[in-house]
Amino acid sequence: MYKVFDVLEIRKDFPILNQTIHGKPLVYFDNAATTQKPQSVIQAISEYYQEFNANIHRGIHTLAEKATAEYEGTREMVRKFINASSTDEIIFTRGTTESINLVAATFGRQQVKAGDEVIITTMEHHSNIVPWQMLCEEKGATLKVIPINDAGEIILEEYEKLLSERTKLVAAVYVSNSLGTINPVKEIIDRAHAFGARVLIDGAQASAHLDINVQELNCDFYAFSSHKLYGPTGIGVLYGKRELLDSMPPYQGGGEMIKEVSFEKTTYNELPYKFEAGTPNIADTVAFKKALEYVNEISKPVAAEYEHELLTYATESLQEINGLRIVGTAKEKISIVSFVVEGVHHQDIGIILDTQGIAVRTGHHCTQPLMQRFGIPGTTRASFAMYNTKEEIDKLVKGLHRVVKMFR
Amino acid sequence: MTINQIQDEIIEEFALFDDWTDKYEYIIDIGKKLPPLSSEYKTEENKIKGCQSQVWLHAHMDGDKLLFEGDSDAVIVKGLIGLLIRVLSGQKPEDIAKATLYFIDKIGMSQHLAQTRSNGLASMVKQMKLYGIAFQAKQEVK
Ligand SMILES: Cc1ncc(COP(=O)(O)O)c(C=O)c1O
Repeated sequence: MYKVFDVLEIRKDFPILNQTIHGKPLVYFDNAATTQKPQSVIQAISEYYQEFNANIHRGIHTLAEKATAEYEGTREMVRKFINASSTDEIIFTRGTTESINLVAATFGRQQVKAGDEVIITTMEHHSNIVPWQMLCEEKGATLKVIPINDAGEIILEEYEKLLSERTKLVAAVYVSNSLGTINPVKEIIDRAHAFGARVLIDGAQASAHLDINVQELNCDFYAFSSHKLYGPTGIGVLYGKRELLDSMPPYQGGGEMIKEVSFEKTTYNELPYKFEAGTPNIADTVAFKKALEYVNEISKPVAAEYEHELLTYATESLQEINGLRIVGTAKEKISIVSFVVEGVHHQDIGIILDTQGIAVRTGHHCTQPLMQRFGIPGTTRASFAMYNTKEEIDKLVKGLHRVVKMFR
Repeated sequence: MTINQIQDEIIEEFALFDDWTDKYEYIIDIGKKLPPLSSEYKTEENKIKGCQSQVWLHAHMDGDKLLFEGDSDAVIVKGLIGLLIRVLSGQKPEDIAKATLYFIDKIGMSQHLAQTRSNGLASMVKQMKLYGIAFQAKQEVK
């Protein structure tokens, strides 16, 4: 549909963007927290409830069949989106966080023993730290952390030194939500496999911007959320290799995940249903498909190229602000700029930008250990999506000039 | 002046501003002028848990009046603390305990009391009132 990338046309698909905040046109630069949703996604949710709401899988009536077909249609769409070999490997969860917790509670509990090691990176989101800490504590295992350099890049030589026969799992973020760094996950995965360790990739930030091919990456698990990908909140994905998912114990018990239940013994359902207990989030899952279709229609590489242009433009323009320092200057980045301004607290920056209609995120971005690594309490983060424009970046720069004048 | 008289005075001052930036400039000014809390009071106990900025509150009695001093590493929050101090510091504990702080809403700053701001201002208000209750109880024991 979009032969050439036309940001003004794209903006029309996102009704929320067309509003004023404190009398100023909204500039939405908080896309790493969650992206806005195109009309097709919003419409799909209400269509589901208006036209074919029914509980899935067990019904034999027409509505149940339609709802099931749509729900499973999203699973097939997700499979294609990340190039998994089978829909059996696509498990629906509430989001990245639940996907990671699922792996920790099943694979982790089963495989990680006292004396074993789990490796993560310095730039993990809390949701890829805490589940492993909890697991290690429970099992008497050790959590090891790959250090990063001052640009915010993983030091691969240090990673090599951490790997050993004791390593059971490496859990690494594909793209840092605080810095924008794109990690060399292929190398991380290959090196872990050489030691027989399994690898989970946190794809929360990567999936909207990079082409994802789980077979080529050869990761064992891949987690991401719909809401950072122009889809609804409350739905996410865990990809896992079939042989692993098969050998893992179930996560939660209940309906849907069983084959047969008696009081003596229960047998579990086939993949992927074994990991999907209870009535799932049908409406949002159905609408998630529209988000993936939207991204495919625009074409991810085309959007990514445009977003990279925005990143370059913002990185250059922000240099004019006196005392501003960008945190996260990796060679490979997606469209996230985190920065600190000398003498001005990030919270003050956020409040004043909000009065200009500009939405940014301030704070530690759920990566406190990373902030400690840089010796700062937090940053101001502007993260761009395909519907943002250079004119909006100009407004951010203008707003920051104002901030500096007000606080210094 | 009573707590409500001071609140009304602040509301009048803010009525002069029609732009958000002007309001914040005023608050920033109050923040910058608020005397820093001396380091002996910047203790863990005096710290009010907030997500994004650090906030400290110190309370002590002077005769029958409860006095507050406060500080923050973020200027706007510090300005809001300055306003709270102006309203509540130097009042009787029982008056502080039962005060309704309507000025925050009237000057358009109630969003800073919202959960999402996580700047500890709501906890700050709560803590000031708790001090009021505690010192009132102490006086009654005496
Ligand atoms: C890198 C990363 N991992 C994990 C998460 C958690 O995702 P969710 O809150 O959707 O479960 C986020 C979201 O902020 C993230 O940016």
